[in-house]
Amino acid sequence: MAKSLWVRSSAVSLLILVVLLSVWHLAALPEKSSGAPAGMSDEYAAMMGMGAAAAPKAGMPGPADIAVTVWEKLSDPFYDNGPNDKGIGIQLGFSLARVLAGFFLAAAVAIPLGFVIGMSPVMRGALDPFIQVMKPISPLAWMPLALYTIKDSSLSAIFVIFICSLWPMLINTAHGVASVKREWLNVALTLEVSPLRKAFQVILPAAAPTILTGMRISMGIAWLVIVAAEMLVGGTGIGYFVWNEWNNLSLNNVIFAILSIGVVGMVLDLMFGWVSRLVAYRE
Amino acid sequence: MNNAFLKIESLAKVFPSMRGGEPLTVFENIHFQIAKGEFVCIIGHSGCGKSSILNVLAGLDEATRGSVIMDEREVSGPSLDRGVVFQSHALMPWLTVMQNIVFAVKSRWPEYSREQWKGQAQKYIDLVHLTGAEDKKPAELSGGMKQRVGIARAFAIQPKMLLMDEPFGALDALTRGVIQDELVSICAETHQTVFMITHDVDEAILLADKIVLMTNGPHAKIAEIVVNTLPRDRSRHDVHKHPHYYRIRNHLVDFLVTRSKEFRNNVPADYDPKHPPHVRPGLEPDTDVLPDQDARVRHLHQPAMPVAA
Ligand SMILES: Nc1ncnc2c1ncn2[C@@H]1O[C@H](COP(=O)(O)OP(=O)(O)OP(=O)(O)O)[C@@H](O)[C@H]1O
Ligand SMILES: [Mg+2]
Repeated sequence: MAKSLWVRSSAVSLLILVVLLSVWHLAALPEKSSGAPAGMSDEYAAMMGMGAAAAPKAGMPGPADIAVTVWEKLSDPFYDNGPNDKGIGIQLGFSLARVLAGFFLAAAVAIPLGFVIGMSPVMRGALDPFIQVMKPISPLAWMPLALYTIKDSSLSAIFVIFICSLWPMLINTAHGVASVKREWLNVALTLEVSPLRKAFQVILPAAAPTILTGMRISMGIAWLVIVAAEMLVGGTGIGYFVWNEWNNLSLNNVIFAILSIGVVGMVLDLMFGWVSRLVAYRE
Repeated sequence: MNNAFLKIESLAKVFPSMRGGEPLTVFENIHFQIAKGEFVCIIGHSGCGKSSILNVLAGLDEATRGSVIMDEREVSGPSLDRGVVFQSHALMPWLTVMQNIVFAVKSRWPEYSREQWKGQAQKYIDLVHLTGAEDKKPAELSGGMKQRVGIARAFAIQPKMLLMDEPFGALDALTRGVIQDELVSICAETHQTVFMITHDVDEAILLADKIVLMTNGPHAKIAEIVVNTLPRDRSRHDVHKHPHYYRIRNHLVDFLVTRSKEFRNNVPADYDPKHPPHVRPGLEPDTDVLPDQDARVRHLHQPAMPVAA
């Protein structure tokens, strides 16, 4: 039953893919005749400026062009010909390294702090105004400040990732810890469990699904933000790659980069989904 | 009574008022004692403060006044000496049956080896007839099985005293009967001292040596303590055949139906909260059972029917 469902949704997915690719293909076809009224020569049409409308369309790569680019890029992902010409693997590697550094730094701060906030109503009350003010700030707004104080573009990008990953993890950890069932804490109390053991063997597993949800949200946001951050700071990374290829007017490469960003983001999310399943429990 | 193992003296619980009303005195002037190896049930209407008393005994909550002395020491805070079976079983859903019990055993004997922890846990899993379910998670168990894991966990740490808050409240009559039988045999085997809250008159008669009757709250008190005069080796199947059974049962039902709410306006002249009267309705002649009351009791007599909701 579940299997046939899977087969059916896969079939529909495939169908949608085929439709999308066909529409893309047809839309990207160079349409020479339609741009100019029948009977008008191409030269005349171009002279009248009517050909201009068709020109960018002809520049839009179709699925077949992209397939060729994907193949070329993926067959040599790690070449390095100087600052403006690196393989996709290297660019993605830079972005991933920044995201992971910022993300895990944020986790190292947010999870312990979330524990404190979740366990102590006083701390929750005390820190809540700060969190409420800091949370809605776009992480990119921190960029100038980061660049000014840190004076290193790569570290600034990591800082921006740190800031944007912090809040979902902090809020989810605090919420998960605060809503650990009273009865489990009572069990720990009546068994005279030490505070450390209580934290690691009762509160942590009880709050783990909520904490992981926070981590998953943070990772999603971090991957969104890194592209924008790298566009701003430049140098390396997938965001810079997109910007650079746009400046080169290489739409093929831009589209290829967009696809890779999507795929990497999906893989990251799948990994968190898999870890979530490990710590999930049914009541 | 000098052999008292647990002494509760002038216990009172007052909850501060919400939004400036009167503070709520749930119960006051509670005095009673439990001897070693005794099984005591407490019966009273919903909201009279039974759980509050149990939480104080467990050390999970503080009384406003009065003291609890166990084994000559004042109870302050929770302790491994008092095992608690929670009404909602309170198993940790991310641990298996074995791990849940090992968690408790480990707390009691941190110095044991892994094998000793498992051995001790296994012994109590077998005792509650859950052999084979060791590696199941609570979500895979039925309500009755979960409750048995909770009981095994409380017994496995071999506490000096066991506290149970309506442990069978959420179970169907059939399952409840099975677990009651198990509890009777475990308690007979281990001579466990038990304090248990129940809503079920039949359950109290089956399990308890003494039944503490609590009046309605607020300002709840202990009206009297019913001594169960049935022989101790009673079983669910023949307990109602004993001549004392209906006398005790009538007495308890009568208390719950009428006297629990009238007690406040109708306090007996010789009532002394420090020494609530011990009564033995089982030994009294049958004549004081009025015909209409008899009918009501017969109507109420369905095994394991909760009398008060
Ligand atoms: N934290 C609290 N704050 C204020 N009042 C409370 C609190 N906990 C309990 N109460 C009140 O104390 C009274 C006794 O509650 P308790 O839970 O002890 O009753 P109970 O006898 O166990 O009832 P039941 O049989 O329904 O479990 C109730 O009237 C309840 O409203
Ligand atoms: Mg209760």
